[in-house]
Amino acid sequence: MDGMHDLGGKQGFGRVRHSPKAEVFHADWEKRSNALLAFSVKQGWLNMDEYRHAIERMEPRHHLAAGYYERQFTGLITLLVEKGVVSREELERIAGGAVPLSLPSAPGRPNAPGRASFKPGDKVRVKQDYVPGHIRMPAYIRGKTGVVVAESPAYPFPDAHAHGVPSSDEPTYDVRFRAEELWPNNADPAYVHVGVFQSYLVRA
Amino acid sequence: MASKHAQDAPVEKRVAALESVFKARGLEPTPFVDAHVRKTEEDWVPQNGARVVARAWTDPAFRERLLKNGKDAVAELGLSMPVHHRHLVALENTAKVHNVICCTQCSCTAYTIIGLPPDWYKDFEYRARAVRESRTVLREMGLDLPPEIEIRVWDTSADTRYMVLPLRPAYTEGWSEEKLAAIVTKDAMIGVARL
Repeated sequence: MDGMHDLGGKQGFGRVRHSPKAEVFHADWEKRSNALLAFSVKQGWLNMDEYRHAIERMEPRHHLAAGYYERQFTGLITLLVEKGVVSREELERIAGGAVPLSLPSAPGRPNAPGRASFKPGDKVRVKQDYVPGHIRMPAYIRGKTGVVVAESPAYPFPDAHAHGVPSSDEPTYDVRFRAEELWPNNADPAYVHVGVFQSYLVRA
Repeated sequence: MASKHAQDAPVEKRVAALESVFKARGLEPTPFVDAHVRKTEEDWVPQNGARVVARAWTDPAFRERLLKNGKDAVAELGLSMPVHHRHLVALENTAKVHNVICCTQCSCTAYTIIGLPPDWYKDFEYRARAVRESRTVLREMGLDLPPEIEIRVWDTSADTRYMVLPLRPAYTEGWSEEKLAAIVTKDAMIGVARL
């Protein structure tokens, strides 16, 4: 989905609030939320693709205004409610107020048929795919051409894995793009490398 | 329109409510949660990656193995990664090449190796701008690279994890591995600083 989470290349943001001693957490509840996510994964209630997609499905204004750990927690409880592990009413009664959840999911998709294998040095193009569900193709590479520099081990295919759709694991390719080609005339010159699933690529 | 509706429970109460529900089900989440919090504070720290970097600087054969298969190489130092991180790629800085990592869609990192991502790494500013305005962002963050240095940005869009292998500073000639590890920072392994 072309959601609020897909930020690469979006303009209008100011300086990064950087400090060499930057903190990871700013409150205890953030640490406990992070741990409750790990607990839920260990129980087998959700996988990482479902979790990432549940964050992407947050109502856009909530997504933008929530900090990282509130987004994480909202993704987590959305899945736990959807899967019937906990009930929203029970959470709201104990929390003493409303517990906002993400919006419902749209269907996922299986691996692309007839996927090609690539090797370092191959020129590839990212397909013009538009999907309503989860996808790990940042929109800024859609339709763009790059060069394969490396291949990863096979991973679950996110577009399927986030939606309970049967699929095969497939490798990702580290594809090298030029920033000047991703955003012609309006980018700092650099190479931009993206891990791209096999299903998203064709030979260029 | 404000995102926070007046009737929303404060987020810390929502989190506490979830832990209570788990407890009420007899799932005993608290020992796991306490142990996990301790890991985030004490185990998953940048000193792990710093040891890897120092070893790579002093042992050329280890450096080769690290560049070839990062996950196996860090395991030699007793460091592990979560099951879903199947691959660790070390990105070697040189006099002419500077690598920097980001995650534009969420905030993925090799957190057991370089430490959990700092707040700014998860902010929209860094996620939006690092890929498109790399040189400008690095300069704003205090790293003003000469124009002849090529920048390579790595967007962690899949489950491969990256760490930057910083360039060893010339002034560290003859230093011990331990002393070298002490100068390696999380920022240098993300690639927003040089040592």
